[in-house]
Amino acid sequence: MHQATSATVGEKPLLSLRDINMTFGGVKALKNVSFEVRPGEVHCLAGENGCGKSTLIKVITGVYRPADGAVIEYDGETYSHMSPVTAQDRGIQVIWQDLALFPEMSVAENIAFHEVLGRRPRLVDYNRMRRIAIDALARLGVTLDVDLPLKEYAIAQRQIVAIARALIGEAKLVFMDEPTASLTQSETDHLLDIVRNLSDSGVAVVFVSHRLAEVLEISSRITVLRDGALVGVYPAAGMTQSRITELMTGKTFDQHVRARPKDDQPVVLEVRGLTRPGQFEDISLTVHRGETVGITGLLGAGRTELALALFGMLKPASGSISIEGKKVRFASNRDAIKAGVAYLSEDRLSLGLIQPQTIADNLVIASLRKILSGGLLSEDRKRSLVSRWIADLGVRIGRQADAISTLSGGNQQRVAIAKWLATDPKLLILDCPTVGVDVGARAGIFDIVAKLAESGLAIILISDEVPEVYFNADRVLHMTQGRIVGTYDPRLARLEDIEAAVYA
Amino acid sequence: MRSLIRTHATEFSLLVVIVVISTVLSFATANFFSLGNAFDLLNISAVNIIFAVGLLVVLIAGGIDISFAVAASVVQYCAAILLGWIGGGGWISGLLIAGSLGVLLGCVNAFLIHRFRIISIVATISTFNIYFGLLMFFTRGVSIYDLPDWLTDRVILFEHEMPDGTWIEITLPVLVMAVCVVATWLLITRTTIGRQLYAFGDNPEGARRFGINIGAMQFIAFGWLGLMAGIGGLIQAHYAQEVVPNALYGRELDVLAAVVLGGARLGGGKGSVLGCVLGVLMISITQNGLNLMGVSPFAFKMIVGAIILIAITLSNTRIERLLALVGEKGAGR
Repeated sequence: MHQATSATVGEKPLLSLRDINMTFGGVKALKNVSFEVRPGEVHCLAGENGCGKSTLIKVITGVYRPADGAVIEYDGETYSHMSPVTAQDRGIQVIWQDLALFPEMSVAENIAFHEVLGRRPRLVDYNRMRRIAIDALARLGVTLDVDLPLKEYAIAQRQIVAIARALIGEAKLVFMDEPTASLTQSETDHLLDIVRNLSDSGVAVVFVSHRLAEVLEISSRITVLRDGALVGVYPAAGMTQSRITELMTGKTFDQHVRARPKDDQPVVLEVRGLTRPGQFEDISLTVHRGETVGITGLLGAGRTELALALFGMLKPASGSISIEGKKVRFASNRDAIKAGVAYLSEDRLSLGLIQPQTIADNLVIASLRKILSGGLLSEDRKRSLVSRWIADLGVRIGRQADAISTLSGGNQQRVAIAKWLATDPKLLILDCPTVGVDVGARAGIFDIVAKLAESGLAIILISDEVPEVYFNADRVLHMTQGRIVGTYDPRLARLEDIEAAVYA
Repeated sequence: MRSLIRTHATEFSLLVVIVVISTVLSFATANFFSLGNAFDLLNISAVNIIFAVGLLVVLIAGGIDISFAVAASVVQYCAAILLGWIGGGGWISGLLIAGSLGVLLGCVNAFLIHRFRIISIVATISTFNIYFGLLMFFTRGVSIYDLPDWLTDRVILFEHEMPDGTWIEITLPVLVMAVCVVATWLLITRTTIGRQLYAFGDNPEGARRFGINIGAMQFIAFGWLGLMAGIGGLIQAHYAQEVVPNALYGRELDVLAAVVLGGARLGGGKGSVLGCVLGVLMISITQNGLNLMGVSPFAFKMIVGAIILIAITLSNTRIERLLALVGEKGAGR
C-alpha cells in the first residue's frame, strides 16, 4: 500500500478552521465546524449532499463569509474570512464538479486562462499560453493537442485539463469536488496516480466525494460532516466504505441479497433475438411480474441502447418484443408508455427532470391525461395525485410549487420515479438510478424498488455498479459489447466472481 | 492541415459553397466573373459587414441584439442634425459623432441587460421598438436629403480600368469596412478582453468564478456593436446619399442570419470574423447573381432563405463530417 501519511502527526497544519458557522435564510448550514489539512496530505471530506461540504469549501475559498468568531489559519496567517482573490493568490485551488471549463476555447487557453485575466487589457501571448499548457500537462504526464478546442476531448481529459489549470501558479491546497464521478476505472486509476505525485511534491489534496472506495487507499485522513456539523476526523487506514456510510448517514445498513425466484409469475416482458447492429446483438430476456432483472456491464456495453429500444426510442433491426404475451412494435416512446413501459433515464439532470419547473409539474408531466377534468388540466386533481405519490415514496419537499432543482439528488430521483409510476406502468426500466444520489438515499431508493416489485411491477435495473444489481435484483445479466454474456442468480453466485467477470 | 479544417469547418464549408455558387453563376451570366463585379460586391456589402462584425461580438458574449439596425437609423438622423448644428463637419467629426451615439445606444441595451437582468433578446426587442418608435414619431417619417457635401460625395480611394473595360474601384465604405473588420479581429482574438468575451459567452458561471467582470463584458460587447452600428449607419447614409428613417428597418435579421451562417452560435462562445465576413458575402453573391440572371427581385428573399437553410444544414453536420473523413484519408490512415 502506498505510504499515504507522509505528513506526520506533530506537523503544523497547512489549513486549520475553527468555529465556522454559516446561516442561510434561517437554516444553519454549518454549525461550529472545524477542519484541518496538513501539508502534502491527501484528505477526504465526506458527507451526503446538503451536509455542508460545498458550503465549507466556499468558506475556505472566500465565496462565502462565515459568521463572526470564525478562525481561519492558513499557511502561517490568521483570517476571520477569506476572499476569492486572497485564496487564489495564496495557492488554494478548487476543481469544481462541473469543472468550470470553456469547451469552445482551446486546451491551451483553458489551462493558461489566468493569462487572459486581469483588469488591464493587453495583447494575448498565445505562444506563452501554449508553453504554459504543455508544461502543465507534462507535469501530469499527459499529452494533449493544446490547439484543439476542449470540446473535442472526453470528460476524463477535461478533468485533467482542469487539474492542470489548478496546478499553475503555486498551488498548495487543491480541492477536488467529486472528481471520479464520471470516470471509468482506468481513468480513475490515472487520476489517483496524478494525485499521488502531487502529494509527493508537497501539494495537499482534499477529495470531496461520496463515492469513496477508490480514494480511500491513497488518503491519510477522512473528515465526515453530517447535517452541517462535524462528525469526526478518522484515519483512512482500516476504514471501510460501509463504516463511512454509517458515519455519513448516522444509520447502519446491512446489505443482503434480496433475490427471490419469480419464475412462477406471469411473464410481463419477453424479448427474443433483439438486434440493432453496432449497439446490441441477439438479446433475449424475460421479466416476470414482480421480478427485478439487473443488467450490468461497463459504460458503452449497449445497456442504455437496449433500454431505449424497449422504450420505443430506438428501432431494433430484428427480433421481437412482447408485453404480456402480445407482440408489440413501438413507433415512438408514446406507444411504449401506452403499452405500460416506463423508462427512468440515466441522465436525470438534463433528460429526466425539467429543472426549473415545479415538483408538481415534473411529477405529472407523463400522466397529464389523468388530471384532466372536462378536457382541461385540474389543479385539484394535480395536487391530490402529487400528494399521493410524495407520501408513497417518502419524498421530502417544502411545497409542491417549489422548483425541482431545490431538492437533493435522492429526492429528485424519487420524484422522477414517481413521475413514471403515475403512468401505471407494467414494466419500469431504471437506468443507473443512483448516479448523483447519496449513499443513504440510495438505500431508500432500493427500498422503493423492492416495494414496487412486491406490488407486482416488473423492473429492469441497469447499473454499472455490480453490487447494486447483486443485492437488489432477482437475476443479474452481464452485458459486454452489445451481448448478454452471463446470467447469475445472486443467491448462488458470489459478488466477487461477477465483479471479476464485469471488470475484467 | 487536417486540424485546421477541423477547427475551421464552417469557414471551409462556406468557402466551398461560395465557390460552387460563383462557378454556377459565372457560367449562367456574362458579367458575374469579373473583377469589376467582385469589387462591386465588396462595395455593396460594406455596411452589412460592418454591422455583422459588431453583432458577432455580442453573439460571442452570449447575447443577441435586434435593435442595432434601427439604432443605426437613429444615429444617422441625430448625426445629420448635429452635423448641421456644428456647421457641416467632416469625415472625422462625422465618424466620431456617429460612433459615440452608437456606443451610447448600445450601452442602453447593456445597462438593461446587466442592471435589470433582462435577457438580451427581450431587452433589445424592447429597445428596437422604442428606438424606432421615437424615430418615426419625431421625424414623422420624413427623410433628410439635405446632407453635407462631404457626406454625399463618393470617395474613390483607388480606381483602375481593366483590359475588358470594367472598372475596379475601392471606395471609402470598403476602407472603413476593412478597418472595422481588422479592429474586431484584433479585439476578439488578440486582446485579453476578447478572450474574456469568448469565455463569458462559453460558460458564464465559469467566467464569473474567475472573477471576470460580467458587467464590463456586457458593456464592451454591446458598446462595440453600438460603435459598429453608428459607423455603419453613417456609411450607409453616405452610400445612399440620403437619410431615410426606415431604410435599415429589417436589416437586423439579414445580418443576424449572415453571422449565424458564418458559424457564430446563438448561445455564445463561438464565432469568427472570417466566417462572419464569408456569411455576408455569400448572401450578397447570391443576390448579386440572381440580379444578373434577371430573376425577379420578388423571388430574392425566398431563394436567399433557402440558401441560408441549405448552407447552415451543411455546415452544421454533413460537410464537417465529410471533411473530417476526407482529411483522415488524406493523412493516409
